[in-house]
Amino acid sequence: MTMVAKAKLGLKQRYALLTRGLDWEPSYQSKSAVYPYAEFEGIKIHDWSKWEDPFRLTMDAYWKYQAEKERKLYAVLDSFAQNNGQMGLSDVRYINAIKLFLTGVSPLEYQAHRGFAHVGRHIPGVGPRVAAQMQSLDELRHVQTQIHTLSHYNKFFDGFHEWQHMHDRVWYLSVPKSFFDDARTAGPFEYFIAIGFAFEYVLTNLLFVPFMSGAAYNGDLATVTFGFSAQSDESRHMTLGIEVIKFLLEQDPDNLPIVQKWVDKWFWRGHRVLGLVAMMMDYMLPKKIMSWREAWDIYFTEAGGSLFEDLARYGLKVPKYADVATAEADHLSHQNWSTFYQYTQAAAFHTWLPTPQEMDWLSEKYPTTFDKHYRPRYEMWAEMEKEGKRFYNNALPQLCTVCQIPMVYTEPGDPGTIAFRTSQHKGETYHCCSDGCKDIFDGEPEKYSQSWLPVHQIFQGNCGGASVEDVLKWYRMNLGADNLDQAGSPDQKLWNEWMAARQRVAG
Amino acid sequence: MPRIVSITLQNTDAARPIIEAITEDNPGAVVHSFPGIVKIDREGSLTVHRASVESRIGRDWDPQELHLSIVSMAGNVDEDDDYFGLAWAH
Amino acid sequence: MAVVALEKDYADKVEVRDRVENFHGNHVVYLHWEEHLGFCAALAFPLPPAMPFGALIQEIIPTYYGMHPDFASIDWSAVRWTIDGKEVTPDPAKSLAEHGVGHKSLVRFWTPGLHGFKGSHS
Repeated sequence: MTMVAKAKLGLKQRYALLTRGLDWEPSYQSKSAVYPYAEFEGIKIHDWSKWEDPFRLTMDAYWKYQAEKERKLYAVLDSFAQNNGQMGLSDVRYINAIKLFLTGVSPLEYQAHRGFAHVGRHIPGVGPRVAAQMQSLDELRHVQTQIHTLSHYNKFFDGFHEWQHMHDRVWYLSVPKSFFDDARTAGPFEYFIAIGFAFEYVLTNLLFVPFMSGAAYNGDLATVTFGFSAQSDESRHMTLGIEVIKFLLEQDPDNLPIVQKWVDKWFWRGHRVLGLVAMMMDYMLPKKIMSWREAWDIYFTEAGGSLFEDLARYGLKVPKYADVATAEADHLSHQNWSTFYQYTQAAAFHTWLPTPQEMDWLSEKYPTTFDKHYRPRYEMWAEMEKEGKRFYNNALPQLCTVCQIPMVYTEPGDPGTIAFRTSQHKGETYHCCSDGCKDIFDGEPEKYSQSWLPVHQIFQGNCGGASVEDVLKWYRMNLGADNLDQAGSPDQKLWNEWMAARQRVAG
Repeated sequence: MPRIVSITLQNTDAARPIIEAITEDNPGAVVHSFPGIVKIDREGSLTVHRASVESRIGRDWDPQELHLSIVSMAGNVDEDDDYFGLAWAH
Repeated sequence: MAVVALEKDYADKVEVRDRVENFHGNHVVYLHWEEHLGFCAALAFPLPPAMPFGALIQEIIPTYYGMHPDFASIDWSAVRWTIDGKEVTPDPAKSLAEHGVGHKSLVRFWTPGLHGFKGSHS
């Protein structure tokens, strides 16, 4: 036997050898019995071997890099905790943005983990199956890192203590929860397009990039660290999302209308969920990075524009109502923050009226809308506060059947009038906040006629009682601590003590 | 509309030589700095060369180490032993 | 449109969660004061169908909208009403049901001359 010195294999060859030929054909069960979810959505795949992995990351390299990310991340988190990093935040109001993030978004990381585990089992192609399994592990890692951050802040601040319990019950958390429930109860291909493409590729940049940059700017090392560590996986997820869509469109022309419908649906659903982030950026970061409008222009209009131009060769169009969403970017954060201000008694984070300086920043960033429509609203409430009549909305709001957000959004082109859309299905009336949500309802009325709408559930007697107090206790909110205004909250009191101590030391 | 490819990296000690290599090797690349991150945009395509990064850090560098510093990107990925590329062309 | 589902008889198994039987004899009714978006959305109430329309005007509306600076200036004889998009002139003595207010009906009202705080629709 002679030894032949061989050149080291290149990455592409190495990757092919390590990832291909691992699958097998079932012999004593039919393929459709092994992959029961593969066909009912109507997607046609002729040749799974045409799948191209965007990143050539083998499992050994995956473990190596993930381990290094984890070592770095936990060193920083530990150091943040050891050095009382919470005292170095720009202002205590900042912590409310993180309450919303950790109670609203972190549980979605877990949902994404479950969803990709399911897809990783049920997609018949070996390439995407391996990629989905990696993503499933990533998502589990993300939620773990976020729980570590939450655990630290929970030692000092209110509103974190029952994040899992609240995620399944609280009215505004039903918005992100129902988004993922919707995706996870769809078939594996729709889930892949919903989360892998529409959410990861088109929209998560808006969540993780400017917002995490905001965390960096506001002294929140703990969040920046998990945020950017997660985002390093996100780039891999994004490329997986784009590969999925190209693969489906290349496999069969009949896939196009199905995929287009999913892209339209999940773009709109994602846009609605991200309204929470719009409000975090424009109102909840004490030191601002960029406005929601600016972030939308960079990450949707510019980046999404190039992407959809690239996908046009398959006949895929820019998501329906992208123009409406772009126009809404001038209103979204203001309409959402106004909603939380008036329902502050029922939220597990604090609210406040923007200061005069913040209002000037908003005028500058939103020259066509803020002074005309939203500044007067805050001025009215400021007058009411001054008279000792802080405005609380004491009735429950009408909710959209699809996005589950209170129906606060206005008619396109008419910011003075709420948009009401209704559908009839089997003798029942259903209300939606927009043409985007109504189209989604009309596409699958059977699904959305089962929506668990928090307001209706309260009326049906399923939420602990009829009074606001009963319901909030059922949510496990600590009344007077978790909810109401920032001014006068235990969080604020603690912060003031820290700052006073700092003053004394500075002499 | 110009078809911009983009890469966003953390603004860290590990990423700075990569950022430097990209800006030097890709004429016309535009660098935007935000707190904690650096976003580099370029029309059409953008490439990170292994040799260019190695010459800056004085050790072997695997383009897959980008996974440790990357925050986001836009464009189709092409990855090999000696480079990591993003492009909208196909 | 055919239901896209793994189970063939999925549509027959759907449990409509908000059907009227689940509300203990009440209808869910949505109420909205137009041009006053300080109230961020229409308000939802579980109301008995036999409740007179007048109770809406005399009890519910003042309780939940009364704190707005415009409220005291409302000329109730001039208010314009719609129920599920149809113009109506309500009779305070008649019931909600007699006005055609059903489960998940939307009642909107406009108050002429009042356009929100400083005319801002807030």
